[in-house]
Amino acid sequence: MQVYRWTLTMALSIVHRATGIALYAGTLLLVWWLVAAASGHAAYATVQAFTGSIIGRLIVFGYTWALMHHMLSGLRHLVWDLGYGFKANEREALTWGALIGGIVLTVLIWIIAYAIGGVR
Amino acid sequence: MVEFALPKNSKITGGKSWPKPAGATETREFRVYRWNPDDGKNPSVDTYYVDTYDCGPMVLDGLIWIKNHIDPSLTFRRSCREGVCGSCAMNIDGQNTLACTRSMHDVKDGAVKINPLPHQPVVKDLVPDLTNFYAQYASIEPWLKTTSPTPQKEWKQSHEDREKLDGLYECILCACCSTSCPSYWWNSERYLGPAALLQANRWVSDSRDEATGERLDDLEDPFRLYRCHTIMNCAKACPKGLNPAEAIAELKLKLVERQI
Repeated sequence: MQVYRWTLTMALSIVHRATGIALYAGTLLLVWWLVAAASGHAAYATVQAFTGSIIGRLIVFGYTWALMHHMLSGLRHLVWDLGYGFKANEREALTWGALIGGIVLTVLIWIIAYAIGGVR
Repeated sequence: MVEFALPKNSKITGGKSWPKPAGATETREFRVYRWNPDDGKNPSVDTYYVDTYDCGPMVLDGLIWIKNHIDPSLTFRRSCREGVCGSCAMNIDGQNTLACTRSMHDVKDGAVKINPLPHQPVVKDLVPDLTNFYAQYASIEPWLKTTSPTPQKEWKQSHEDREKLDGLYECILCACCSTSCPSYWWNSERYLGPAALLQANRWVSDSRDEATGERLDDLEDPFRLYRCHTIMNCAKACPKGLNPAEAIAELKLKLVERQI
């Protein structure tokens, strides 16, 4: 496989799977946050301290991107499963769309989050 | 199974650099995968220089030139030299295609790098062993299956029904698509691969065929059909401009539609 030149759709296929796996891990964080929120002020503060730290923020940022990318990439797969978007230019456009759209949405969400919530 | 690296005895080591042809004014560098089953050595990549003034424009012309003028031991398959037979399928510049329809001048940066089709056993040099690939083609039973009595003359088909086979019947079984597919690299013993599935769709779509149900039953399997993850390398590789990914999506749709 080392001789094969990477194609866009091939790279995004593996990214789709990687973000899918990342979502499992990220969802555990989400559960941790919810459980902490339910179990009281001290536990919740611990989680807030972690997600407020630089590493914590990076992880949450990564989780946001994984979620957005996986969602858009999933929509791309839905279009293909319905039998559309198979022409060379269409499949490239769909794939670029998922890649760029995922990044744009992630950045947008964070800008909005900071704008309305301030620094958490 | 998933393999990221080559097994030890398939690792590429070294390779011979052949001298530039004497008196040539313009040459093109070719780096060609070599492996001989008889000498017990690991595969290597040999470097050749082709005299482009004395040689046709296609990659296959270059290979034939090397075989005639430099190294008669270089082994590859070829027959029609015009994209009809599918014999000279190989990996050129990182993509599977036919050596006879790929111009060496379309290969950009530097040397023309040539490897056998990926993830197939090598017989010698650029000749892959496609036994499994052909067996998979045979397994989809690529012939007209009918139960009604054979008509006196031909099996009739309307123009509209015939058009449903466009984009399917042109396949030349060169194996470029199947051996470009990461899913096929890792599950070729259980996943049928794009070429066989495109052919399966060709027979499922044939208005004269009366075994559509059985054909679909055979395909309804997590491995045989559903190892396709729409990676799309097949459609990009096909030297005939066909779209196996789309054919597979049509098969999946037909499997869903018949349940509704």
